[in-house]
Amino acid sequence: MRVAQFSIAILLMTSLALAHAQQTLRIGIEGEYPPFNQIDQSGELVGFDVDISRALCAAMKVQCKFVVQSWNGIIPALLANKSDLIISSLAITDKRREALAFSNPYYVENAIFVAAKNHPLQVSAEGLKGKVIGVQGATTYEKMLKEKFPGVTVRSYTAVSDHNLDLVSGRIDAVLGSNLVMGNWLDTADAKNFEIKGTPFRDVKYMGQGAGIAARKSDGALITRVNAALDAIRQSGQFDAISKKYFKVDISR
Amino acid sequence: MNLDELLAQLAGFFGGSAEGGLFVTSDGLLLTLQLQLIPMALGLLLSIPLAFARNARSGWIAKPVWCYTWLFRGTPMLVQLFLIYYGLAQFEAVKDSRAWAYLRDPYCCALLSFALNTTAYTTEILAGQIRRIDWREIEAAQSLGMSRWMMNYRIVLPSALRRSLPAYGNEVIMLLHGTSIVSLVTLTDITGVARHLYSETYDPFQPFMIAGALYLSLTWLISRLFLKMEHRWLAFLKPASR
Amino acid sequence: MNGDYQQHIVAGVGITLLIAVGSLLIAVTLGLLGAACKLSGMKSLYLLSDVYSTVVRGVPELVWMLFLFFGAQIWLNQLCAWLQIESIDIDPMMAGIVTIGFIFGAYMTETFRGAILAVPHGQTEAGLSLGMSPLRVFVRIILPQMVVHALPGFSNNWMVLVKSTALVSVLGVSDLMHRASLAKSATGNAFGVYLTVCLVYLGITSISGWLLRLCEQRFSRGIRQAL
Repeated sequence: MRVAQFSIAILLMTSLALAHAQQTLRIGIEGEYPPFNQIDQSGELVGFDVDISRALCAAMKVQCKFVVQSWNGIIPALLANKSDLIISSLAITDKRREALAFSNPYYVENAIFVAAKNHPLQVSAEGLKGKVIGVQGATTYEKMLKEKFPGVTVRSYTAVSDHNLDLVSGRIDAVLGSNLVMGNWLDTADAKNFEIKGTPFRDVKYMGQGAGIAARKSDGALITRVNAALDAIRQSGQFDAISKKYFKVDISR
Repeated sequence: MNLDELLAQLAGFFGGSAEGGLFVTSDGLLLTLQLQLIPMALGLLLSIPLAFARNARSGWIAKPVWCYTWLFRGTPMLVQLFLIYYGLAQFEAVKDSRAWAYLRDPYCCALLSFALNTTAYTTEILAGQIRRIDWREIEAAQSLGMSRWMMNYRIVLPSALRRSLPAYGNEVIMLLHGTSIVSLVTLTDITGVARHLYSETYDPFQPFMIAGALYLSLTWLISRLFLKMEHRWLAFLKPASR
Repeated sequence: MNGDYQQHIVAGVGITLLIAVGSLLIAVTLGLLGAACKLSGMKSLYLLSDVYSTVVRGVPELVWMLFLFFGAQIWLNQLCAWLQIESIDIDPMMAGIVTIGFIFGAYMTETFRGAILAVPHGQTEAGLSLGMSPLRVFVRIILPQMVVHALPGFSNNWMVLVKSTALVSVLGVSDLMHRASLAKSATGNAFGVYLTVCLVYLGITSISGWLLRLCEQRFSRGIRQAL
């Protein structure tokens, strides 16, 4: 009799634990893309994406757990069931839509070239011929650079900070990246000799429709909940507050 | 996993593409081979004088060499590469010097880092074998009136080189495997191509299996080569057949 | 150098050591199994062990790590789906430990095989003739004597293993190298950061080297040296 009671108790606790576990959403995030997501010196994740994730999870009434993954492995990690969502400034492109289900875009960004102030960089396919341009690997910027600007020597880096370091040390002539991320870097002391070259541009063919939240194709229901939560935090003004905290403007437009 | 896809991916490993032909760029296999053979040759050449220096009686000569091998054998190759690639680039003195023309290029940084590393290992292997030479050979050489230089050049070095073959073969394979880390400093070797394909296709199996097969073949080739060399030059150490 | 990040980096040493020791345990287990298979006399076991050590030692650690971390998870998911249970998530640190253990198990197989062969066959014969079961002979007679022959190769493998743990940072494990990378991005002081990492690894390898040399001396007692 006691054995039966004990085993029922164990079963109940296990199923509760499992049920609780199912409520924990694992969010894949890069952690090296300031100001959207970065790890500060105490090992904590901070940034726009982090705050948005927490707000969304609160709105969806689930527990959130962040899974840090380097950028070139972030989509495969989702597909391999290591995470349930990607909230890490992932651009919505048609190619990615073939493998993933996306939410509505939660912000849009433009592409910019950054180079040294005294470096005369002509932003055109002709002007950039033979130049060495750094870009983060496995991004829409990398693809755009390779196809829109042939003749450029492309250096693919694992993380944004790596190409910034090489830009400062003079290994590369320029960097192609997000205006929000590079803009944030240009405000730092390291970047005092660097500026934006040309004007910010958006090529929808490569850069897609903005940054979205991704899930596996089979998790369509999850995406619906995410969209609902996204609408909720926009209406409640939470999105605005988070956006202004990092960018002083609303970046969803 | 259809055949066209497989062939297209395979071409990437050989520095080309399905339409453009092979070896258009030096990505993939060619880069791996360059990054292995050049440091290996440099290492072998430099390690000979260094191995003798390591065994020198004077502490002023022997200690610095020991220090160098201790540093480069006691730390991971990855840290050495990052130290040379990222670390040196932050000093103005380095950027203003003539070396910057070379250190600017990740390829040269990788070559330098691997050369320093493999020289350290080869020096230790060779020095160890020089120490283990039979004292009777030294005695015979001296009794024949050979000068130190002649003795080292005709007796000690050939013998030590031969006995280093097994351990050196291992070191060559270790260097080959070590070259896979250059994908972390923007160079596209075999592993770099595999990682790029992986991030495009989200499939870890095909690219990494092709990379693995390529490395396995290279490793096999190297071990066969060294086996042949050992058969030829280490015949005197073979166990007597039953 | 930035004091705040320095603490964070050095705290990563604990994780690095944890990974190294965990992998060592797995490697030693696999090594003993592999050596036993190779020496068992059964062709199929020999082949299995041979394929294992050849293939694993023929492919770089980085490639294995990437392949096993992502590939193994997919296989595991498929297995779980087939068994119809909740899929198990492989934690990056666990993945790192298992991968490194798996890789160095192949190297240990060769080391232990050589060491077991170096124990005179007469010892086995004597043990068997006394009526000991083969397993007992292996554990009580061969294994203790094998240790002294295995030590040089073992310490070599340990040194290479410790340095290989630097690669798990690629999988996202928050070890020494990963924290160093973050500190480098944040402070821009790559030289200082990586110099700290070098010194830490140098410390680990030097102390290990010294301890293993002591072990060699201790275990070589009673064995006549040639020189």
